[in-house]
Amino acid sequence: MIELTDRQRTAANGEDGGGTALAMHIVTETARLLGAKRLIPVASAHIDGCLYHGDSGVQFAERLVAGGAEVAVPTTLNVGALNLLRPGQDRLDSHKRAMAHRLMAAYEAMGCRPSWTCAPYQTGHRPALGQDVAWGESNAVAFANSVLGARTNRYGDFLDIACAIAGLAPATGLHLPENRRATVRIETALLSDRLKASDAFYPVLGAWLGRTVGETVAVLDGLPSSLTEDRLKAVGAAAAAAGAVGLVHVAGVTPEAPTVDAALGHRRSEEAIRLTPDMLIAERDRLSTAGGDRIDAVALGSPHFSLSEFDGFERALGDRSVTVPTYICTARDTLASLGPRAMRLESQGVTMVVDTCVVVTPILAEIDGVLMTNSGKFAHYTPSNTGYAVLFGSLKDCVETAVAGHAIRDDALWR
Amino acid sequence: MAIAGQMLLPGQASGPVLRLEAPISFWGGVDPASGHIVDPRHPQHGASVAGTVLLVPATVGSSSSSSVLLELIAGGQAPAAIALGKTDAILCLGAVVAIAMGWTAPPVVALDAEKQRVFAPGSFVRLTADGVIHTTASAD
Repeated sequence: MIELTDRQRTAANGEDGGGTALAMHIVTETARLLGAKRLIPVASAHIDGCLYHGDSGVQFAERLVAGGAEVAVPTTLNVGALNLLRPGQDRLDSHKRAMAHRLMAAYEAMGCRPSWTCAPYQTGHRPALGQDVAWGESNAVAFANSVLGARTNRYGDFLDIACAIAGLAPATGLHLPENRRATVRIETALLSDRLKASDAFYPVLGAWLGRTVGETVAVLDGLPSSLTEDRLKAVGAAAAAAGAVGLVHVAGVTPEAPTVDAALGHRRSEEAIRLTPDMLIAERDRLSTAGGDRIDAVALGSPHFSLSEFDGFERALGDRSVTVPTYICTARDTLASLGPRAMRLESQGVTMVVDTCVVVTPILAEIDGVLMTNSGKFAHYTPSNTGYAVLFGSLKDCVETAVAGHAIRDDALWR
Repeated sequence: MAIAGQMLLPGQASGPVLRLEAPISFWGGVDPASGHIVDPRHPQHGASVAGTVLLVPATVGSSSSSSVLLELIAGGQAPAAIALGKTDAILCLGAVVAIAMGWTAPPVVALDAEKQRVFAPGSFVRLTADGVIHTTASAD
């Protein structure tokens, strides 16, 4: 039985309004299901529930709004199903478009910040080390826990907004220090420094990790201490799509893993796995469902492209133009920061997608096509969500392919 | 034959067994409108979860899976009952919210992945209010 404070009981009983009572009901019911004994305050929230999946989610959000619910903590919003800055970019029918709009409006009406990004941590929402937060969106959860050292479980749609309204979350899972300890150790000593220096390695590593460990907390050993946030984000996004990874430590890089021993809580690992080049090549191949030369679209930015990822893209593209439809998905805040660079990229043929992305809403041309991406997360979800077959490659492969109009992949790296 | 699980969200139901042979993310894995498994890399691609007693050894992936279950419930394409190998708040949430909205949600029971294996795919089972899953002769 969960213990509520007097204040929490007052909110649950409806004295703060029906919306807050509904939120408290969802939080306490989840606490009961997970065996949590109490609720803890959260410092911020990130909401994944604003993406339209059907009318039921709109009814839920509008019931919260009608009940007077407002978020109690700073709260950012994940992607919706519409690019609000470019209406009509999607191919949704009029009913779905109207409902997707109502859903986004309902979450804004509850006081959430209209950030519309799956990488809120790269547009200013960065909770502190050790801070309890309630975040949805699987990649954002992995980043908040692993890279920032904040504490969140994988909050599903509806619980995320319920926690934001209540300002509370069940005290369980990754909120508790004892559950943040790594129990599996992943050795990378057999992999070449050249591979570890390449961007394409990290989504593949993440996908392998997720498929192998599920939701177990692992520590990765032997990666360069100079690992960028963009590479860590690629690991987490792929691991959270292929598995249920909410936290992964990187020895010498992430804040709770100054050493392997510290990440393991100074205990022996229950399992140690030594990665080989062949394991990585097999995983890379698993990310693709297409072969051959044909490419109909190139999509980048899952999670949303950061400013430094735009730098890398511009360096690779130079003065050339793309010849196949090329989409870069990013946050509206990042687009604003790009300034005139965005117009230049568009003049080179690149389509900018903000507030949403090409794998969560129909933007790609409606064909049985092949899509190339450098994202492990896009590679995972493209076939089921878009109907396109997918080919995974490095950023450089994607740029060269987009310019040439047929698939180009540099395999030398993996041999 | 009867195997006892732990009731998470109460109710009774019966239907044919669909045991997932690989973990699945409901978002990106199951069509919220029809209930069909749409991930071409999933071994049961094309099967429908609608009306089944769905045995789920493990869930992965998106935090939007709760939305997909809520939409399946709202549209009448949800499983008749769900057994989870590991209590998964994301999937359960779809049913928790459905109940709060006044809709009829499938009961959810916790049942170890190993115990799920005793039920033959396609065989008919009945979940009773005490959390026990019984094999039945037919779709009675």
